[in-house]
Amino acid sequence: MAVIEQFQEVLAKRHQYAKDWKAKHNRKVIGWLCSYAPVEIMYASGMLPVRILGSHEVQDVTDRYLFPTVCPFSRDALAQGLKGRYDYLDGITMARTCSHVQGTFDNWKNYIPTPLKYYIWMPNHLQSPRAKPLLVQEYKSFVQALEKFTGKKITDQDLDKAIELYNINRKLMKQVYEFRKQEEPPITGTECMEMVVASQLMDVAEHNKLLEQLLKELPHRKLERNAGVRLMMVGSEMDDIVFVKMMETLNCTVVIDEHCTGSRYFWDEVKPEKDRLAAIAARYIERWPCPAVSADFETRGNRVLKHAKDWNVQGVLVYQQKFCDPHEFDIPWLLKNFKDNNIPTLVLEFDVTIPFGQFRTRIEAFLEMLELELV
Amino acid sequence: MTVKTKYKTKPLDCWQWGKELRLEAYRDLTSGHEQGKILVLGCAATPYGMLAGLGDFVFLAGEPYGASVAADPPVSIPAMECYEAKGYARDMCGYMRNFLGTMFLDKYYFTGGPFPKFDFAWSVRHCPAGHPKWHQIVSEYQGIPMYYVDDETMLSSDGSQEARIEYVAGQYLDSIEWMEKVTKRKFDDGKAIEAMRNYFYNEALWGEINLLNGSIPAPIDIKSMFALMPISMLRRHEKVATQFLEALRDELKDRIANQIAAVPNEHYRMCMLTPPPWSFLKVFRYLENFGVVFVGTYVYLINSGEVKFLYDQGKVIPATVPEKRPGWKQMKNREDLCRTVARWRAEHPFQSHLDTRKKEYVIMFKHWKANAYLLLINRGCIPMTTSMYDFQRDLNKQGIPTSMFEGNFADCRDIDETGVLDRLETFLEGQGIHKITD
Repeated sequence: MAVIEQFQEVLAKRHQYAKDWKAKHNRKVIGWLCSYAPVEIMYASGMLPVRILGSHEVQDVTDRYLFPTVCPFSRDALAQGLKGRYDYLDGITMARTCSHVQGTFDNWKNYIPTPLKYYIWMPNHLQSPRAKPLLVQEYKSFVQALEKFTGKKITDQDLDKAIELYNINRKLMKQVYEFRKQEEPPITGTECMEMVVASQLMDVAEHNKLLEQLLKELPHRKLERNAGVRLMMVGSEMDDIVFVKMMETLNCTVVIDEHCTGSRYFWDEVKPEKDRLAAIAARYIERWPCPAVSADFETRGNRVLKHAKDWNVQGVLVYQQKFCDPHEFDIPWLLKNFKDNNIPTLVLEFDVTIPFGQFRTRIEAFLEMLELELV
Repeated sequence: MTVKTKYKTKPLDCWQWGKELRLEAYRDLTSGHEQGKILVLGCAATPYGMLAGLGDFVFLAGEPYGASVAADPPVSIPAMECYEAKGYARDMCGYMRNFLGTMFLDKYYFTGGPFPKFDFAWSVRHCPAGHPKWHQIVSEYQGIPMYYVDDETMLSSDGSQEARIEYVAGQYLDSIEWMEKVTKRKFDDGKAIEAMRNYFYNEALWGEINLLNGSIPAPIDIKSMFALMPISMLRRHEKVATQFLEALRDELKDRIANQIAAVPNEHYRMCMLTPPPWSFLKVFRYLENFGVVFVGTYVYLINSGEVKFLYDQGKVIPATVPEKRPGWKQMKNREDLCRTVARWRAEHPFQSHLDTRKKEYVIMFKHWKANAYLLLINRGCIPMTTSMYDFQRDLNKQGIPTSMFEGNFADCRDIDETGVLDRLETFLEGQGIHKITD
């Protein structure tokens, strides 16, 4: 089976993957909400960290828990728990970031039987020099809770190994992203999204092996399609692979992204420090910021723009999960930033399910406009 | 037919004084610079008494200002439309949309004149959905510096509370240095401490005033409390606020002693958890026709007010000021001040974890001798609404009747007034409460 197909297989059978992993290794699985949760620490504890994602199916099970203007991703994620699809989880955690996901966590904590429920108090004044020392303390408490729960001490060696594996993972995915700079990228945006989402669901060591294999295949890989218009996707959480797949049937390729199931999740590595928890804390404080925790347009905006230029994009799809306030704050600023740099944009608002036909029409119109500009 | 119970009633003696004090605070913003005062923007939960260390100042808390605009649809609607035309979404914080809309229109609500230009924004983070981002927009638009303190420490969450208090205190300390730098003024620790003592005391006073509505009949109704609340919300660092709040407290005690009611036909007592829909305050007057008195709302008991919950006894009592609490230090310098503010914030019910908050809702319900809670699914505020269904379930489990409606506290376009009244009337009928007829 080709590597991409293996990623797709994991995505399609993500719950089975986690259950099999648990049985095979006789270890525990911990679910995480929001990409500020430190996967390195969870992995060092011997647990498999898996991101809790929605299923993009119509549901009503969350209606008694979260009101309808909570973001669709948060409601969809909670729905999976309420439906019992994550019944194999031994624990769940989230780092303090956004109120919507907080609602998911609080309800999960109260209504879905999961043995360990741990809330990491992530400082949200990332520019303050006080943030890092506190986050180190918070991580120490998290380490203690995990040690107590698993009965296994988390050593420096465990942390080193986890840091190394995740850093390798990040480096390798960045190398894959480099291939997308080519005029005719050997990998589609859909496939890249599948790769990144799979990294959030799989054992990182196993994912790394697949990435190494993929990097050997890519130089020889030729897609039976033209890249068409080079697009970037920018926004909040995005794992609607079916949507991206549909989009890429319309003479375009997503060549770069900026969201938390894409580059924003993995771009920054842990820089080694003697105190391993301090090194991890620095990574999460200095990482590519999500507007949910950062009152700073420029850091994110400049990075987004650099990505757009480096990957030579012709248009940007700016999207948001409906009702996602933090991203709604950034969107006018981002749009202006793109406009000032002559990069056209299209804004779409996502729900648990989307109006497929309408979105397709809007994207077609956007692409037609971009193609005209290219002529 | 509901049988009337007649209590004596009369207007509040201090009503006019309260209105003047409220207006004075808002008007000061337009003349503040001429008087050499610093103009500062932040959110209402900010311990703005600390700003006294820089000299005279006027602090505009964005939320009560946004509420005032929201209560006036002919001003509010164009303001929000202007905000939306700038590309911002309609489902964001309702207060913020009214605030930013009037800023973009350059129309200050209380004078109709130009919108005040702040010297800087200094605020607690307070709202995870985006108060720092709100101030960030003002900061960019007006070209002013901003600093925010991440202070939402949540006592009962996992991990070390002490480390979080240090983190918050450290940010306050850093912000003092920052303020000295941006204003080129020297920070006077003594003046800041004095103003914060007033601040703590006035919060406790406002909390105590709220608790007085545990009496039957209620000496003050919620709508009047909303009108007077800006004094504790905007001026709680000032002695004049103390004078007013003490007078109000004493007057309410007198009304209790003499059985003077806010609503003469008080029959059914309701309370809330959230702010009201500001454009629809008449709902409270309308429900008085059913003998319904609204005795309080939890949010303003603990936002600009403070009380102490005795969880094991299921009771609530007035709060004491931090320096009089066992084990707390006297404030002598800025380090003490920042540490006290951080610890005070951490232990304030404002920061209660959701599970603790559920207990507080029940305690308040019992204290206020209420018959039911009115719950607002507020499209204009995510943090206040995220767990509302959970709260409702919990209250119902405790045998507390609830009526819930969906709307928006600051966007009149999001409220179906007739629908809300129908729903409430149906609820009251279910409770055996009918419109009073002579």
